[in-house]
Amino acid sequence: MHTGFKNLIIENTINISNFEVLKYKRMIKFLTQFGRYFLLLKKVFSKPEKPVIYYKQTLRELVYLGLNSIGIIAIISFFMGAVITLQTAYNTENPIYPKYLIGLGCRDSMILEFSSTIAALILAGKVGSNIASEIGTMRVTEQIDALEIMGVNSASYLILPKMIATLLFNPFLTIIAIIVGIFGGWIAGTFSGVMTSENFIYGIQYAFIPYYIVYSLIKTVFFAFIITSVSAFQGYYVDGGSLEVGRASTKAVVYSSVLILLFNVILTQILLS
Amino acid sequence: MIRIIKLNKSFNGKAVLENISVKFETGKTNLIIGRSGSGKTVLLKSIVGLHEIDSGEIWYEEKLFNKLDFAGKKAIRSEMGMLFQGSALFDSLTVEQNVRFPLDMFTDSSAEEKIDRVNFCLKRVDIINTNHLFPSELSGGMKKRVAIARAIALNPKYLFCDEPNSGLDPITAILIDALIKELTEEYSMTTIVNTHDMNSVMEIGEKIVFISDGIKCWEGNKNEILNSDCASLNDFVFANSLAKKLRTANK
Repeated sequence: MHTGFKNLIIENTINISNFEVLKYKRMIKFLTQFGRYFLLLKKVFSKPEKPVIYYKQTLRELVYLGLNSIGIIAIISFFMGAVITLQTAYNTENPIYPKYLIGLGCRDSMILEFSSTIAALILAGKVGSNIASEIGTMRVTEQIDALEIMGVNSASYLILPKMIATLLFNPFLTIIAIIVGIFGGWIAGTFSGVMTSENFIYGIQYAFIPYYIVYSLIKTVFFAFIITSVSAFQGYYVDGGSLEVGRASTKAVVYSSVLILLFNVILTQILLS
Repeated sequence: MIRIIKLNKSFNGKAVLENISVKFETGKTNLIIGRSGSGKTVLLKSIVGLHEIDSGEIWYEEKLFNKLDFAGKKAIRSEMGMLFQGSALFDSLTVEQNVRFPLDMFTDSSAEEKIDRVNFCLKRVDIINTNHLFPSELSGGMKKRVAIARAIALNPKYLFCDEPNSGLDPITAILIDALIKELTEEYSMTTIVNTHDMNSVMEIGEKIVFISDGIKCWEGNKNEILNSDCASLNDFVFANSLAKKLRTANK
């Protein structure tokens, strides 16, 4: 065989085998992370040492992760509702199209998608990065080791109250987002003169399906679990220093957001089909 | 008493500790010394169970710690106190809440009893009027003292200190060493201290284990350490110029 051709085959064989090795390494890494995630969840849901302490921690987290998020959710929902109304109005200027449908569009957009999915993406940024950096900092400064030495189940003590707090409070944030968003739509619609107040109010009452609210709240609960568990996982297993804590925080937001979008599709198919 | 028998520990196939066997005695300040990166912290963290060991035995009195289940380890851990290199105080809690934390977690004492115990521990480590301060408002030495107060809150049988003097000035370091020694004798604890500070070695080294590259090279006390024939230990002990001059003068 020609030497050049032989070398080409050898080179390609080496490249393929390197590629295969890399592929398997990535697969093993993914499976390892997947397994660690579920092992962490097992630790999180084990019996608390002192339920009273966990109760107090949960109240604290309700304030930090829940109440402190009302502001950002309200502001963004208000403007989102306003923009949805204006965009719908400017894209449906045909006289055949009834004006009240603008209100209906605003209502359904807020209930079906914005209040749960978009708000969850915002919370993934705010709450998710907060959780990952808090737990990650505790890891690198040996505070988690200190808990373990005392005989405290650190995963449960640190993560469970956050999880319960977000699972309980995020549905309220969703309701707030719906109300404030529709209010924003009403303000924008009436003050810009694209429609009357009566038209908007008629529109938000027209063909209302209460199940949409249930659908939105179910999604919110799933998304709350994704945000806290994924972010806590990223923070809990940080290894290194402040740079790694920053990276974990970024990963927490990215992975939570991707999973929220993925589960949005899955839950929509299951709940609305 | 804590006994370590043929302990081996590696990370990603790289051996960090090899065949370590040693006995740490009750009521004494036991020191693990060695250069940075020699494996001291890994040994200490293996002893307390923060690292899973590859092979070997770790005995707390008559209990084989490394083979115990979570509940068994938890029972022994309730008798442990640990002072970490960076103090590891909980940032979100005040000094009082930090010291009170183990009491809240593991005792059913009344609020008054807990406060009394917290104040007693803080007074014992010479920290007063700081109950409502947060760790970020304390100096390095104060943080170490509060961490010691937290470590002794539950009257531990075993006290572990990882580099208790790191980041402290020589006078504060001596005070912290003295405090550790006093507490060890007062509560008859088995204390293990990780250090590379020769002042500590000469002040509190009742039993000393020297580790080099993950291997136990020497074992003795502070009176024997200056006359050792272990070359790597002598390099470590007489590393600074003052110690070298003293050695030459003695010869």
